[in-house]
Amino acid sequence: MALLTVREALRDAMAEEMRRDPKVFVMGEEVAQYQGAYKVTQGLLEEFGEGRVMDTPITEYGFAGVGVGAAFKGLKPIVEFMTFNFSMQAIDHIINSAAKTLYMSGGQMTCPIVFRGPNGVASRVGAQHSQCFASWYSHCPGIKVVAPYSAADAKGLLKSAIRDPNPVVFLENELMYGRSFEVPDDPDYIVPLGKASVVREGTDATIVTFSLAVGKALEAADRLASQGVNVEVIDLRTLRPLDIDTIVASIQKTNRIVTVEEGWPQSGIGAEIAAQVMTHAFDFLDAPLERVTGKDVPLPYAANLERLAIPQVDDITAAIRKVCYKN
Amino acid sequence: MKNKLRGQSKEQLLKLYYEMLLIRRLEEKSGQLYGMGKIAGFCHLYIGQEAVVTGIQSLAKEGDSVITGYRDHGHMIACGLDPRGVLAELMGRIDGLSKGKGGSMHMFSKEKTFYGGHGIVGAQVPLGTGLALAHKYENDGGVVFAYFGDGAANQGQVYEAYNMASLWKLPILYIIENNHYSMGTSVARHSATDHFYSRGAGFNIPGELVNGMDLFDVQTATEKALAHIRAGKGPYILEMDTYRYKGHSMSDPGRYRSKEEVDTIKQDNDPLSNCKRDLLAHGVATEAELKVLEQKVKQEMDEVVNFCEASPEPEAHELYTDVLIEDKQWPY
Ligand SMILES: Cc1ncc(C[n+]2csc(CCOP(=O)(O)OP(=O)(O)O)c2C)c(N)n1
Ligand SMILES: [Mg+2]
Repeated sequence: MALLTVREALRDAMAEEMRRDPKVFVMGEEVAQYQGAYKVTQGLLEEFGEGRVMDTPITEYGFAGVGVGAAFKGLKPIVEFMTFNFSMQAIDHIINSAAKTLYMSGGQMTCPIVFRGPNGVASRVGAQHSQCFASWYSHCPGIKVVAPYSAADAKGLLKSAIRDPNPVVFLENELMYGRSFEVPDDPDYIVPLGKASVVREGTDATIVTFSLAVGKALEAADRLASQGVNVEVIDLRTLRPLDIDTIVASIQKTNRIVTVEEGWPQSGIGAEIAAQVMTHAFDFLDAPLERVTGKDVPLPYAANLERLAIPQVDDITAAIRKVCYKN
Repeated sequence: MKNKLRGQSKEQLLKLYYEMLLIRRLEEKSGQLYGMGKIAGFCHLYIGQEAVVTGIQSLAKEGDSVITGYRDHGHMIACGLDPRGVLAELMGRIDGLSKGKGGSMHMFSKEKTFYGGHGIVGAQVPLGTGLALAHKYENDGGVVFAYFGDGAANQGQVYEAYNMASLWKLPILYIIENNHYSMGTSVARHSATDHFYSRGAGFNIPGELVNGMDLFDVQTATEKALAHIRAGKGPYILEMDTYRYKGHSMSDPGRYRSKEEVDTIKQDNDPLSNCKRDLLAHGVATEAELKVLEQKVKQEMDEVVNFCEASPEPEAHELYTDVLIEDKQWPY
């Protein structure tokens, strides 16, 4: 085990996969000479050269399309968005070109590509730079969507995403980049896509969440434990395919569920889980599912308003108390 | 100096003529089958533009890549694909190139390095540029032929792609098939300038305007462009001055242009008639020989239609196949 930041874990995952497979390359804005806008690609240019670590112009629609075209021809591009907010300019190529072409070609055209970068709320950057795209991308068939929390998962999942023969949207979080976790040293350490992880076991209620909010959920669980409520926390890790089995198994034990996400409530990840739980675990529920989400507004700049707009530990504990009928 | 027919053998010339005829008859047949309700949805015919793709692809080499938009049936024939796979796809049958799951606008062939068939206007331009990036990355000597329309030439992503292609000296030929209309909007009404070949100038990409109704002019311009690209000098733009005879798609009443305009081009500047005229004038073939070819195409098309009519629709289980690749097992 080594103590690594999420940033280092992501970089190591890319470097290891680039050593393993000459078809893997990185492209995006400031990924090469500048070493990454958030320094995630630190050192890659030096090791792999400009043929495999390519600075692009600020041209998201264009370079997303270029990446997809290169993947059609068998290369394995890692396309970095400086943040996922800017992927809205490129979403046409992510969905129409990358996600649908295997199907539209009757299985002929493969697209082994990873789109990665920071997603979700950063800090005090206002509405256009603070949005969660988890539900946007996970809505669509033909891609996989990943959103890790810990450094070990960030590394193991990114390695899986790069090796996966399908297009993968890999949602990181800027506020997680500097956090440290224990990561296995083994360069073959890899985590499967599509499998959630029970990061804390409990008996009284289940929190289902992903990315940065896993940390808040764990904090909420700690607080609740001191109040005698024993909470299970599930880190989804992959949003598509969604590991509903792990969620249902947990509900069968706890009979109560709270979902937590930074994204907006309507048609969100929580909304999807609520629908699936209704179908697969209705008889096991002792209380209606409760969602903790970002507020239904563009993200404000003012510090106090920003705090109010995104899920806080208090919101999570309140939701758990509600599903446990403890007020 | 090469003559008008560019010193090509009789066999080569007749093959080119046959190919253009095959494209035209396939498109006419598609139009008929559409009228009979056997083809549905959007169906964009290539009639009038045959010399463009036939001429250009005649200079492609093994290993080059091709990509285009939704007006793609002719391109697939020119890439050497079996017309049965094309027509069966139009009819939504299992023997279609995409097992009936793509339709007229979305067809591909990995085998013939034909990368679609894309329904989003302009998308093929960055995608093609990515194919070119892959050719350069693998240093395999391949060139990309990326076709798009005059309407598509107004998409911002086209210029994003031009910039990267020129910056990185990618091996790609951009072909603008200027058929003078973007659906119902004429070039004069959709473009601030009336030509597109010079729009690469800001990116240092050379361009040329070509008579796209003349097979041999198309070949000559393509040869020059390919020499530039294959020498590693980066992208090149060819604007093909051409014309589509039919509506934009099958549901187009065509009120934006006069019957006279269409008829004049059909009579005076038809790419097949132009080719036939040249073949006869240079004594390559006799009227009788060309008649035989025409009969052969007709017969081939009849066989194609019979095959496609007999091809079944995809089975229900195909609904859920090809969404993701599932056969490669983790950890890969
Ligand atoms: C992004 C996008 N916008 C609009 C359309 C609808 N549409 C399909 S074809 C077309 C006209 C394109 O004309 P042009 O590029 O000249 O090609 P042509 O049809 O003449 O071959 C339009 C507007 C589309 N498919 N994609
Ligand atoms: Mg046009």
